Amino acid sequence: MEAVSAAQIIFIVVALLTVATTFLVVTVRNLIHAALWLVATLFGIAVIFVLLDAGFMATVQIVLYIGAIAILIVFAVMLTRRVMQDVGPQSNENWWLGTIVAAVFFAAISTLLWSIRWPALPGAVVGDTVLALGRSLVDPNQYVIPFEVASVMLIIALIGSITLALPGKQSE
Amino acid sequence: MVPLSWYLTFAAALFALGLYAVLARKNAVAILMGVEIMLNAVIVNLVAFWRYGNPSDIAGQAFAVIVFAVAAAEAAVGLALIISIYRRRETVMAEQIDLMKW
Amino acid sequence: MDFFSLLAWLIPVPPLLSFFIIILFTNQDRRLSHLVALGAIGLSLLFSWTVVFRALGTHHFAEHPIAVSVAWLPTGDSVFRMGVAVDPLTVVMLFFVPLACFLIILYSVGYSNYGKPLDQRDLPGSPPHHGVEPMYSRFFAFLSLFAGAMLLLTVADNLLLLFFGWEIMGLCSYLLIGFWYGRNYDDSNQITPRQAAVKAFITTRFADVIMLIGIVYLYSEAGTLNFREIFFSADIMNHLLHTPSLIGGLAAAHLIGLLIFVGTVGKSAQFPLHVWLPDAMEGPTPVSAMIHAAAMVSAGVYMIVRMFPLLSAGGGVHGGSPTMTVMAFIGGFTALFAATIALAQNDVKRVLAYSTISQLGYMVAALGIGAYVAAAFHLMTHAFFKALLFMGSGSIIHGVEHGMHHTNEKLDPQDMLNMGGLAKRMPTTYWTFVVGGLSLAGFPFVTAGFWSKDEILADAFAHGHWWVFVVLLISAFLTAFYTMRQISLTFLGDARTESAAKAHESAWTMTLPLVVLSFFAVLAGYVGVHMDFPVLGDMLGNNPFEHFVVGTLPHHLDGFEFNWTPVLFSVLVGIGGLGLGWLIYGRRPLSAGQPDPLVARLGPIHKLLVGKYFLDEFYNFALVRPAKWVSEVVSFLWIDRVIIDGVLHTIARFTMRIGAGARWFDKWGINYAPDKLSDGIRASGYSFRVIQTGRVQDYLLITLTAVIAVSGVLFLMLR
Repeated sequence: MEAVSAAQIIFIVVALLTVATTFLVVTVRNLIHAALWLVATLFGIAVIFVLLDAGFMATVQIVLYIGAIAILIVFAVMLTRRVMQDVGPQSNENWWLGTIVAAVFFAAISTLLWSIRWPALPGAVVGDTVLALGRSLVDPNQYVIPFEVASVMLIIALIGSITLALPGKQSE
Repeated sequence: MVPLSWYLTFAAALFALGLYAVLARKNAVAILMGVEIMLNAVIVNLVAFWRYGNPSDIAGQAFAVIVFAVAAAEAAVGLALIISIYRRRETVMAEQIDLMKW
Repeated sequence: MDFFSLLAWLIPVPPLLSFFIIILFTNQDRRLSHLVALGAIGLSLLFSWTVVFRALGTHHFAEHPIAVSVAWLPTGDSVFRMGVAVDPLTVVMLFFVPLACFLIILYSVGYSNYGKPLDQRDLPGSPPHHGVEPMYSRFFAFLSLFAGAMLLLTVADNLLLLFFGWEIMGLCSYLLIGFWYGRNYDDSNQITPRQAAVKAFITTRFADVIMLIGIVYLYSEAGTLNFREIFFSADIMNHLLHTPSLIGGLAAAHLIGLLIFVGTVGKSAQFPLHVWLPDAMEGPTPVSAMIHAAAMVSAGVYMIVRMFPLLSAGGGVHGGSPTMTVMAFIGGFTALFAATIALAQNDVKRVLAYSTISQLGYMVAALGIGAYVAAAFHLMTHAFFKALLFMGSGSIIHGVEHGMHHTNEKLDPQDMLNMGGLAKRMPTTYWTFVVGGLSLAGFPFVTAGFWSKDEILADAFAHGHWWVFVVLLISAFLTAFYTMRQISLTFLGDARTESAAKAHESAWTMTLPLVVLSFFAVLAGYVGVHMDFPVLGDMLGNNPFEHFVVGTLPHHLDGFEFNWTPVLFSVLVGIGGLGLGWLIYGRRPLSAGQPDPLVARLGPIHKLLVGKYFLDEFYNFALVRPAKWVSEVVSFLWIDRVIIDGVLHTIARFTMRIGAGARWFDKWGINYAPDKLSDGIRASGYSFRVIQTGRVQDYLLITLTAVIAVSGVLFLMLR
């Protein structure tokens, strides 16, 4: 086995940290803490995107996930704070089954992954992917329709969320 | 040089942890967090396959962008549902939301 | 469509409309109801007479009749056209039908005791005691419908439209004869209005069905039902005449003629279907007048007059075709037969009913010997004097009922033996009744009845129909006799009961029509005096009636030479009959309790006559009881109970066997496994429902476990 390169070292460190923070996200009792650890996890994933030469993805990861979704989750946690149980078990009675399923899943996937010969990293330098991505999303020959469908879906989700979150008449 | 399998293993680990959160956590917000982690794992996979496949073919990233959009929508709707349920039933515990019980 | 065609269309419309207006809107208001009915028939009268006088003022009207029609029913490659036509014959009808209807409706106002308060004892469906008729508005609605139907029939240009009017009248006669449907008699043998209505309806229905068959047959052979199209087309007439009919030996024209004639036999109460008409007297008197004078029975004669070219086809114009022979026979027989029955009737209306049958027989016999013009003439004059007589009798009955109201006697107000001396009490009714009676009897040279009857007799004489001549002569004699008998019994001498002594004259609405009609009952005869009759023929315009009406026919109808012999006979029988009646009844009027002198003189024959030759009993015995027996024994016991029920029960038993087998098979063969399966599914459902916790996470856990398990299995297998 050849020597461990700098990129590999960086990957291993980032990956381990990210997995560790993720573990904390799914296990800590205090949900505020979990949300904060989630931010850390998302940030770690952004770093991984950078390692994959996907700078735009990393930017989106930070802006969208950390800037929007994570904050949203923090707000949700705070809004439902009154019934949050910081004491007592945070897992249901089937947690061990969940653990087994997750573990078996991971084991199976890993076994599969490691049994396959994956292609090596292509040598070609990746050019301006942002421009290509932008063009592809508005190109009728490529992804304009999924893009438009996604935008419509976002609008619907937005309206649906507002409708759902609005106080109902009965609850007044 | 980082082999593709490392990225995939990493994504699988994140996915499994997210899965555990979805299966085992009591709090609906925590379950939602698990879902977000799983989605992120998927995006990692997509981007990794893009990078190790043909980088000039932008499909992987385009797909990842769509998944981002879905994740954002899912988070918005999911949290709105949680707020709504909380308002009606004064709880966010998934095991207490069992109106569909036999 | 010119003005007169439009009027011809409109003639039947007002009374038909008035029926609906009265039924739907004005039925609460008596005054409004009779005003609507009178206004409507008045309008029809106006329209009719406008058309009539226009027609009379037109030269050669017969060649240019009013005829309009619309395409009504497309029938394959042709179109059935409905329309109205006014030719000279229609003009004659339009002259007297609306007038008679108008007077009858006016008369009904008084007859129904308009203006008196409603008597609390009176129930709908029974004759009023002394108050106003409880179903006053309904009565006028029915009369309007009747009049409208008659006018529709009159102006119809085809046999189908005529049949429509014909059937509406059938319905109306049912409704009106049974108008006092609640009336019952102590004597259970006396026919009630209900029964009379049913009897009239069924009898005429029987005839109408046969007539309808004739109409259908005619349409299938001729391709049209329009009168002029058929009669004026030599092709169609030839075709009808030379097509053999379904019954051997008869041409289609003859069979159709006979079938259609059966309709007249029913409607105009000819032997042997005359039985309904005397019983129709159970209806209110205006109805009797309507049925016997203006409308229904005239319609029957009108129809055969109308169809004369077809009926006479194949024979000479003066008889000879098979249809005409039958008509002459039936008409002559009916005339004599009914006249003899009328001799012995004591009911004032029944005498008139039989006299009507007899006079209709005259007309039918006249047509049977080809006396076309005379038949139409007698139809008109008869309508006038018979309407007059019926309304007069209604007035008499009314007067006697009024007397009964004062004396509280219980007697039959229609029985002439209970009357007598009414001449002094009811002068207007008396004099008009005498005029009508003399006209019916054929009092020479003055009355309309004489001229029309004489015309028929002269025609029979001139063309050598001897037996018809003799038969009609005898019946004319009898007619004169029973008319005198009726007048004497009713009006002359002293009152035989208290009620008759207390009778009083009827209201002006009842007597005015009598006066008007008596006017026509005299004058209507002068239009048809034979042109060669000394002095009068010239003076009265050489028989304008004949010249006018004869144009209706497609071929020329020869007149006949004037001859004194039939006139002499005519005068003789008229005067003779009246004289004999005077000798027996008039000279020494009956006193109270004295029996009818005829009883002693005729002996057993009188019984036969009173019993109307026991024809009703015969029908009852020969038709009604067998029908009941067939329905009770054959139909019910044998066919229904044994054959039909037997077959049905066998089928039912067989079916139940099959059903039981199928049920066994179903239970053990088909259902067993699925039943057990469903039981098992239900049981397993009970067992497995514990996993339905309602929690999303549990479901997801199970799903994922399954996914992983299946994936593992697949992975291991595929490797």
